[in-house]
Amino acid sequence: MPDKSASTPSRYMDPYLAGFLLGLVLLATVFLTGRGLGASGAIKDAAVAATDLVAPRHAQTAPFFRPYFEPGKEHPLKSWLVFEVAGVLIGGFLSGLLSNRLKVTTESGPRVAAPQRWIFALLGGALFGIGAQLARGCTSGAALSGMAVLSTAGFVTMLAIFGSGFAFAYFARRLWL
Amino acid sequence: MGPFVPNVISDQLNLVLALLIGVAFGFVLEQAGFSSSRRLAGLFYGYDFTVLRVFFTAAGTAMTGILLLGYFGYLDLSAIYVNPTWLWPAIVGGIVMGVGFILGGYCPGTSVAAAAIGKIDAWWFVIGGIVGVLAYGEAYPLIQGFSGTSSLGPVRVYDSIGVSPGFFAFALILVAVIAFAATTWIEQRVNRDAPTKLYDVRLHRIAGFAAVMVGIALAVLPDRKTALLAEVSSPAYQASNAVPEMDADELAFLLVDQDPELRIYDLRGEKDYDDLTLPRSIRVSLDDMLGREITPDLARRSVRKVFVAESENEARVAALLASKLGYERASVLKGGFGTIRREYFSEEPLPEPGDQEQAEIRDWKLGARAQLRRQILEAKRKGTARPKKEKKIAGGC
Repeated sequence: MPDKSASTPSRYMDPYLAGFLLGLVLLATVFLTGRGLGASGAIKDAAVAATDLVAPRHAQTAPFFRPYFEPGKEHPLKSWLVFEVAGVLIGGFLSGLLSNRLKVTTESGPRVAAPQRWIFALLGGALFGIGAQLARGCTSGAALSGMAVLSTAGFVTMLAIFGSGFAFAYFARRLWL
Repeated sequence: MGPFVPNVISDQLNLVLALLIGVAFGFVLEQAGFSSSRRLAGLFYGYDFTVLRVFFTAAGTAMTGILLLGYFGYLDLSAIYVNPTWLWPAIVGGIVMGVGFILGGYCPGTSVAAAAIGKIDAWWFVIGGIVGVLAYGEAYPLIQGFSGTSSLGPVRVYDSIGVSPGFFAFALILVAVIAFAATTWIEQRVNRDAPTKLYDVRLHRIAGFAAVMVGIALAVLPDRKTALLAEVSSPAYQASNAVPEMDADELAFLLVDQDPELRIYDLRGEKDYDDLTLPRSIRVSLDDMLGREITPDLARRSVRKVFVAESENEARVAALLASKLGYERASVLKGGFGTIRREYFSEEPLPEPGDQEQAEIRDWKLGARAQLRRQILEAKRKGTARPKKEKKIAGGC
């Protein structure tokens, strides 16, 4: 039996219950706002805002960033997904607080030291950043929300992400096993 | 009828809502254990199938809810955002993300939830995400061409495959439930401390059974539109639900009179409508009537709503549908559009009057012809009174 004292983290929620609740959150989102959940879009907005801060001229001329600065456009950080992801930070924190899981730490496979884990996390994040631009969304925005509205893109992206994960898992086994 | 953006919920309120939705999203992600990269990566090595369970349960739940809300008329499925498909970019992008998943141990949403509870590797992943977008942005001129290939638009997966939405949903639920059972079996053999050993087996069996039952219901329920149209089109329904009829002369009189409490709903095709656009009319289709764009127009209670179509019966179906949907004062043009076209919008000479009364009617008709022609020309000059296209819902990542 897991120790129930205050200092040990609580057990995670039953995955089906968590999935059901996540589904209800997504359903409420679509019902109220007509759109789905997302994450990579906020990262894109942050990247655009950062470029604008460091190299405003480049941001306003490069073909990828330019659409953000057309007349009548709001600041890239004043976007739905940025607010939503700010909420994810708060919600994640509250959940961690409630379940005793707040801890500054690096989580890695048994054979991986922290700095190596950071490098691979950075690399993985970068690949997600690139892939999400091509697929117009990540696991949340393209796959999960797309599947909920039965979009073909949602299913294709989901199959590609998980298929590729399984296909390449062998080569990355040292990182996790 | 949802969705409530942008007509009910303002842009500002929508951002507040985004924050609240995000809080719920982040809370559930963290509670599910998605803040742990080892758990997420575990899927790909068969030692932890949490991701699969949460992900497919969530997708199935939301999908089922959306279909049911649409079926019962609470959500306008034609108005919600459906992310468009760029087939090859989606496949290649997905493959790149899959590699990112196995190397980084997170996806963007889960990395934020993990960063929130202090995972340093998750912060690196988030920074990596920004770096990746910047790299993509710099390489964009090279990738732009490929990025725009095989664009299919906002296609639905059931159309791509060629089945009904309900059947597709049923198949997906069935596959998910089977996959859940199969992976539990695998997990318990690969991992001695598999979390599944702590689950409430009976409760899970009941939930799985209930999910499949809902799936069967989705498969056999006709969609709302088909069901409603079948009902209002049936002779039995039409026999017991009389629709007030209006003949061409009365309609012409109201038009000449410029009665502000009159609205004509024209069911003819776009070309016919453009060729002869009656004053106070808008073009609608039966599909439009089930959507929310036309709702405020149809919902004006004091307005007399006359449905016109080439055939009287077509107009009757629409008027019955309007009444069925709860809109009041729907009536139908008797004899179809041909009658009003012949009497008031043609050069066809009117029959010679036999007596004084007929002569008066004839004179009135001739006056009405000229008057209506003037009204139509006037409206054309001002630009036809088409219903305004509403703002599209933005979405996606």
